[in-house]
Amino acid sequence: MGMIAVPTATSAPRLFWSQFQRELVSVVRSKEEALNPLLFLFLAISLFALGAGGDPEVLQNIAPAIIWVLVLLANMMSLEGLFRRDYEDGTLEQLILLAEPGFVPVLAKIAAQWCVSGLAMTLLAPIAGLILFLPSTVLPTLMITLLLGTPALSLLGAVGAALTVGLRRGGVLLAILVLPLYVPVLIFGSSAVIQHMDGIGTQAQIYWLLAITMISITLAPFLVHAALKISVEQ
Amino acid sequence: MSFDSFADFIAMGGHGFYVWFSYGASMLVVVANVVVVRRSRLRYIRELTDMARRQRNAEAVSHS
Amino acid sequence: MTLKTLWHRLGSPRWFYQISRPWIYVLGILALVLLVTGTVWGLVFAPMDYQQHDSFRIMYVHVPAAMVAQSAYIVMGFAGVLLLVWRMKLADMVLATVVPFGMSMTVFALVTGAVWGKPTWGAWWVWDARTTSMLVLLFLYFGLYALRQAIARPEAAARACAVLAVVGMINIPIIKYSVNFALTLHQKASFTLTEAPSMPPEMWLPLALNVLGVYCLFGANLLSRLRLEILRRERGTQWVRDLVLSGSA
Repeated sequence: MGMIAVPTATSAPRLFWSQFQRELVSVVRSKEEALNPLLFLFLAISLFALGAGGDPEVLQNIAPAIIWVLVLLANMMSLEGLFRRDYEDGTLEQLILLAEPGFVPVLAKIAAQWCVSGLAMTLLAPIAGLILFLPSTVLPTLMITLLLGTPALSLLGAVGAALTVGLRRGGVLLAILVLPLYVPVLIFGSSAVIQHMDGIGTQAQIYWLLAITMISITLAPFLVHAALKISVEQ
Repeated sequence: MSFDSFADFIAMGGHGFYVWFSYGASMLVVVANVVVVRRSRLRYIRELTDMARRQRNAEAVSHS
Repeated sequence: MTLKTLWHRLGSPRWFYQISRPWIYVLGILALVLLVTGTVWGLVFAPMDYQQHDSFRIMYVHVPAAMVAQSAYIVMGFAGVLLLVWRMKLADMVLATVVPFGMSMTVFALVTGAVWGKPTWGAWWVWDARTTSMLVLLFLYFGLYALRQAIARPEAAARACAVLAVVGMINIPIIKYSVNFALTLHQKASFTLTEAPSMPPEMWLPLALNVLGVYCLFGANLLSRLRLEILRRERGTQWVRDLVLSGSA
């Protein structure tokens, strides 16, 4: 961000780390970027609770859905800015055209984004669960599913963010492109929590979330890279 | 033939509305897909022909 | 003709325009015959289902549309791969032309699903597995449509849509599995390639005819949309001019 990646003769892991650290530093510096997703998550949870009249039983029943949907939305919103600033100041072009292999800095950016959105929300999920009256025995399942599912959200969402980065009014478009792709993660995630509350095993969902994340990690960086190239060239 | 009379056929065992609505809609979708392409194709070819003729005439005039 | 020359020729819109014309008639007539036979057979002659009475006849239009709507998206996914890897011009045009057909079939499948659901389940809409995956499919189509509208330069729009179609294609089986996992209410698939159908032949044969028919229709429709798209893209070229002037376009 602002700084230009030095692409010469660095190995792929080194390139990844330097880009990753640079991203994290810049996110921590502009605090709102790190705090906004979390703020949104808890604000919207409070609105749901108020809308339901604070009824513990109602809230408990829909808590898995509320938390997962809001995590989805918060993650998507934070993705919108993932490539925008670099796109506007021209660093993105150098980042993806000069770096070798080109998908490495892309993966580093996504990883940094996940740390401040997916990972942070996973860590704070117990609080979200408690204020929605989720039984505390379910909280580990909530956290595990979030931990395994949110990387897939960041990776899939990054494809959408890369496709819309150069467009005016990209925000709504991003939602239309990305939210349908989030459906499997939402379903497996929230159904794991619901089934745990009903006393049914949740292994299948956890394996599926892991599988989806694995597929996304393998394919998404290349697709994001291709999408960024298209956006930069136009 | 699984119906005794024409009236039976129309009634579809009391589910006439649902069945006929679906079949009507299917006709509509198929015909619309065919007709839309056909019409825009004819319109476009007419446009192209006019353009090509005008161009040819212009060339003829400039040659003479 | 070897495969390699075929491959190169497929990259040439002009060649494709010339050879595709008879195929429209072949596929179109096949579609007409199959669809009329299947529909009349299903509507008039197929025996009544003992549970659903006559409303099961909606199956003969609902199931083929749902199948072709999903296949159409898969076709776009493959076209996306062709475009991204080999930059094939024709693949770009496929991506641009399948969306309206696929979207109309998806909407139709959803509407007839609702109309079928009312007498069968007693509700217009249920969040069951296959209805829901059709709904998600519709959203995927909307995504492709909106993305193309949003990008001004045709070439960039095509490649962006290719990326999205590839992601969507990979996602479709996962979406289907996940909604199946969470919401199961629909009757079993009326048609699978791996098992013998549970219906008597005089019930499933008309369905098979309609399925084949709607695929032929898809083929013919795709070809005629492609030919129109070729004319649009090659508007300035000499061969298109000669073609329209000779009146044989």
